[in-house]
Formats: sequence, structure tokens, C-alpha cells
Amino acid sequence: MENIAGKSSGLKWAVNISVALLVIAWLIPTVGLFVSSFRDRDQITASGWWNAPFSVELTYRTRANDGEPMQEGDLWVVEGNIFATSEVAEAFANGEASITAFGVTGREPTAYPAGTEGETRDGGTLTVNADGSYRYTTAETPDDRGLRIYFGAATPPDFTMDNYLTILTAQTTEEREEAYAEGQSFWEILSDENGVFRNFINTFTVTIPSTVIPILIAAFAAYALAWMDFPGRGLLIACIVGLLVVPLQLALVPLLNLHNQIGIGQSFVGIWLAHTGFGLPLAIYLLRNYMVGLPRDIIESAKVDGATDFQIFTKIILPLSFPALASFAIFQFLWTWNDLLVAKVFLPSDDASKVMTVRIADDLLGSRGGDWGILAAAAFVSIAVPVLVFFTMQRYLVRGLLAGSVK
Amino acid sequence: MSPLLQGVITIVVGVFGCVGYFYAANLILDKVIFPPRGPQAGRNINRATAVRPWLFLFPAIFALSLYLVYPVIGSLWRSMHNRAGDEFIGLDNYGFLFGDPEFLQALLNNALWALVVPAAATFLGLLVAQLTDRLSWGNIAKSLIFMPMAISFVGASLIWKFVYAGDPDIGIINALRDVIGLDPMDPVQVPFWNNFFLMAILVWIQTGFAMVILSAALRGIPEETVEAAIIDGANPFQLFFKIKVPQIMGTIVVVWTTITILVLKVFDIVYTMTGGNFGTQILPSYMMSFMFRDDGRATAVAVVIMIVVLPVMIWNIRQAQKEMR
Repeated sequence: MENIAGKSSGLKWAVNISVALLVIAWLIPTVGLFVSSFRDRDQITASGWWNAPFSVELTYRTRANDGEPMQEGDLWVVEGNIFATSEVAEAFANGEASITAFGVTGREPTAYPAGTEGETRDGGTLTVNADGSYRYTTAETPDDRGLRIYFGAATPPDFTMDNYLTILTAQTTEEREEAYAEGQSFWEILSDENGVFRNFINTFTVTIPSTVIPILIAAFAAYALAWMDFPGRGLLIACIVGLLVVPLQLALVPLLNLHNQIGIGQSFVGIWLAHTGFGLPLAIYLLRNYMVGLPRDIIESAKVDGATDFQIFTKIILPLSFPALASFAIFQFLWTWNDLLVAKVFLPSDDASKVMTVRIADDLLGSRGGDWGILAAAAFVSIAVPVLVFFTMQRYLVRGLLAGSVK
Repeated sequence: MSPLLQGVITIVVGVFGCVGYFYAANLILDKVIFPPRGPQAGRNINRATAVRPWLFLFPAIFALSLYLVYPVIGSLWRSMHNRAGDEFIGLDNYGFLFGDPEFLQALLNNALWALVVPAAATFLGLLVAQLTDRLSWGNIAKSLIFMPMAISFVGASLIWKFVYAGDPDIGIINALRDVIGLDPMDPVQVPFWNNFFLMAILVWIQTGFAMVILSAALRGIPEETVEAAIIDGANPFQLFFKIKVPQIMGTIVVVWTTITILVLKVFDIVYTMTGGNFGTQILPSYMMSFMFRDDGRATAVAVVIMIVVLPVMIWNIRQAQKEMR
């Protein structure tokens, strides 16, 4: 086929390249988030994520306080290594950085390239080399605090799990270290009330019952609509197709009021019921479409052999419908995991009962608006599970989409 | 721990409750109410057969009426009451809406969304489906473009917040502008065009959906028609637009309407990206601004959304009925 006509090799190349470009364009946003979630907070603001594999030039300030001032003639000389000074020693503990430039005022922190001689405010001279060694000479007696030095250093790429730990536990690195020192276990730190880990667990708590419960109810209904004869069947099917597109927004206020009246209020039970109700039309529609396609012979011969409808359903239909059940389960799982609206309305609004999506949209985007590393890590925690489900179960998902492309 | 335990209990209760209900109801029907023996055995069997579908359907019908049918009527009723819900005020809430410039803007923006997103997603989906059709690594490419379907709207918004960020050291768009010497800008705050930047997020998500369905449709086209066209000397573009597209027109329409319905319901993107500011308000996020504050107005907006969706709904039902015949 491909070589009959109209398919030159040039065209083939064009197709290959344009698909490659499209795929790259589709991936770039996600890759950016993924890379950023592993980067050190200072590096994120200093260079774009596409520069993540390269070293970053960051500006630091310190005081020349690691060497004793010595007298040489009528001049005072201080010699030492910047990386060893107390203010930055911790940041350069692994000793892989090199200095690119330095300065003596906060206004021009990188006024002089490394290795050259700069002039200090008191009329002395300062030389800082790439390896961090410096020499400061002055006519006046240096004070104990040491000369203020600014410098730009190329720091190697710094990939860390810190963002993830910080967001999951709601504690900064220092707070976590303190907690460890006090003898708390990792698990105890993780179960902190304010941490996103709590919201992650909440999301599972919402999702799993909301996925399992509608399946059974829908399966029985779908069987009745597919294989049992009764008046009004066509009308019911039409109703279900209609209900597929009812906007959720309509349901919010009346159902919340109903839940409040019958005492469920804003709670997990409420959201399970709501998701069950909202998921049913698609479940019934998908399963009915699939069950109708099952071979009539099997069902009729079972009937002839004296099987009841209940037996036919549990022994024949359910096992045969596994692909459809799986594809609905994936849909419902993705939908409930990713849902923001229903969770916002039917769950209480305190941090401890929020799900991931609500926590990110309502809380983190506001309070951590500029903290990109934290935001990226939070987003990735919430994205990871559905993406994993997606890639492992893609076969069923596609089959389900093709069976009922109406929702 | 307690909600987790609650969840496990709910699953067990729910599953056993369902199975128990169906089993017990069948048992009672067959053994107690209409036993297939005695003088009226024949009649009883017929009666049991007539009742059984409704036993199977009852839980579903109950849940559907409570969670989808009742709210339609409940919302309509509630939207004609005042904020407290104790006084009937007729169409006053709707009067307020149509006098509110923000509502009118939301309506206009929604119309834009409903036009642009389905068109762009369907077009791109069709393009990718056709391009990857005979590619050796087509399935991998499709899988990667399909992937955003699994990402939540909130997650996608965050991903794109990175892309759009105003700092050229964070946002790739501004980094590119920086390279060609333009000043950084915040795409989300550019009047009018920011709507399109938000739509891009939904297009990014939905293209995969369109692609999967259209790619299956393209595969379903009879080979003979394609071969005949090639023999008649059609070039690849003619082949695509004059032979293939007309044959999958039905599927294209289904994809288009499906995305349209989705677009009219999605509020997460606008809510996360702008909160409806900078002239990007749409109906679902406008509704959320009244949620928990003024139920009367919130339900009135919901009813407006319902009315907008109604034509698509009717069309869907017609299609489904046609298929069944």
C-alpha cells in the first residue's frame, strides 16, 4: 500500500518529523514540571528547568572571618578560603563549586571577575580566586566580624527529594531534622496533620469506594436493559443517555441541602454517594452497550438449561463483561481522583479532610504561590497515581472510550 | 486512620449490600411472592418475569432519580427563591444575572470556549491520528499525546502555570521571548487573548481523546475505497480530505459534541489559573462564586448551564434511539 503512489520518502520524513515535533510539544509542559520538582529551590529561580543539567550561577554573601588578620609591614592581611567562612560553609559542604566573580557591595555583588584585584570601601584590596582562596589587605585594623564579601559561584546541579518531603510532611528540612533528633520516626513525621500526605490518603479514601460501589449497581441495571424484556425499556435507555450530559453543577446545591437534612452533611459518606450517583449513567451506558454485544446463543442455551436470570447474570454475564467493567472502573477512578468540583462541595473545608486537588487549588497556589519547587512536587504527587493507572491499563481505557464515546 | 477504615467498611457494606439485595430480592420473588408451583404456577412465572427487571433496575433508578433527576427539578425550584430560600421571587435571580456584566462576559467566554476547544482538539486529534496511522512508532507517539487525559485539570493548570510563568527563568514562553529580545509578559493577563491561552490547556488534554477515537475510525475505513482513490491518482491530501474525512464524519461529530459538553462543564482550569479575573470568567466558575453564599443565584447559573447543554442532550438521545432501531 505504502509504495503504490503518492507516498514519497520525502513525505515520510515530513510525517516523522512533524509527529516528533508534536510529541515533544505535548511533553514539554509535563517534563518541565517533573524536572522542577526535583530541583533545589534557589536553582529553580536562578535558571530555567531546561538548564537543569548545567551548573547554576548563584550569588552569595559572606564575611571574611575564617582567617586571623596578620600584619605585613604597615598593612593588615587576611587570608583564607571563602568556602570555609561560617556563613556559606554549609552551602558548599560538598566542595564542588567554583567562584566566577566577586564584589564588596550588595549593589554590585559580581563587580570583579575571579582572580582579579578589587578595591574595598576602606581603600584596601581584595583578591578572590576561582578555588575560593582570598587575600584581603587593608591599612586599618580589621574588625572581628570580618570584611563583607559578595560572590557569584557556579554551583553544580542539585537534584533533591527535599521538595517532596517538605510538601508531604508540611515541615521544612530543618524542622524535619529537629523532629528526627527528638526521636520521631519518619512515619510519625509523615502523618503530620498539615502535610499533603494526609490529603493523598484522603484522595484514596474518596476514590476507591466511589469506584467500586457504582459498578455492581450499574451491572445489574445494564443486564436488565440489555437482556430482559419489559415495557418502557427504550424510554429508560433514552433517559440514561440524557442523564449522561446533565451538568454536575445542577446537582450541587439541592444535594448538599439534602445531605444536610438527612444528617450526612459534608463528609466522606456524602461524597461516596454523590460520586456513585454521578457515575451511574456512564456505567450503565457502557456496560449495556457491551452486554448487548454478547452472543445471544450462550444466554439462550443457559435459559433452556433452566438457569435463572440471577444465575445467568452472575455466572455468565459478569465474567464475560470483565473488559467493560475494567474500562468503566478506570474511567471512574480517573474521574474521581481528578475531580475538584464535587470534592470542594461535598467534603468539609478544613485542611485535614481536603483531597489533593482541592489542597493544591485552594491552599497551595495561594500560600505557596511563588514556591515553584513545592508546587511542582505537590502536583506530581497528585498526578503520579492516575498516570501510572493510565499507562498500565491503557488497553481497557481505549476500549471503553470506543464503546461509549458520549460522556 | 478513621476515614480509611470507614472507606473499607463502606466498600464491604456497599458490595455485600448490593449482592445481598439482588440475591434476597430474587429469592423472595421466586420462593415467597410468586412461587412457580401450585394451581397458579404458570401465571406466577409470568408475573415473576415481569417484576424481575424492576428488581434489577431498582437501585440504579433510585440513585439516578435522587442524584440526577431530583436535582434538576430542585435546582429549578431553588433558583426561583431568594438567598435564604424562604421567599418565592420568580425570575428575579435570572433578572439579576442578565443585568450583571460579569455574567454576560462569562456567557460570551463560554461561547468562545465551546467554539474553539472542540474545533481545535478535534482538528489536532484528527491530524495526529492520520499522521501516526502508518508510523512504526505511532503507538508510542499516540500514547504520549493521550497521556494528559490522565492528568487532573488542576494538575494540568499547574503544569501550564509553569509554561506561562512571567519569570524568563521559569516560564519557557518568556524564556523564548527573552531569547529574541522581547520583554517578559504574563500571558494570563493579556486582555481577551488570555482566554485562548487557558483554552490551550483543555485542548492539550482533549486532543488525545479525539485522537484515540478518530484513529480507530480511520482504521475502520474500507481499504478498497482508499486503494481505488490511489489508483485514480489522488494525492495524499485529496485522499485524506475527499475520501477519508467524509467516511468518518459521523465519528467526528460524536467527538465534537462530546468535547463540547465537557467544555461547558469544566471550571477547574479557569478557577486555578485566574479565579475568573482578567476577563476570563466562564459560567461554571461564575457559579462557584455564589456557591455557599447565595444558593438562589448559584442554582440560577446552574440552570443556565443546563439550558445551554440541552440541545446537545436532545441530539444525543436522538442518536442513541436511531442506533437502537
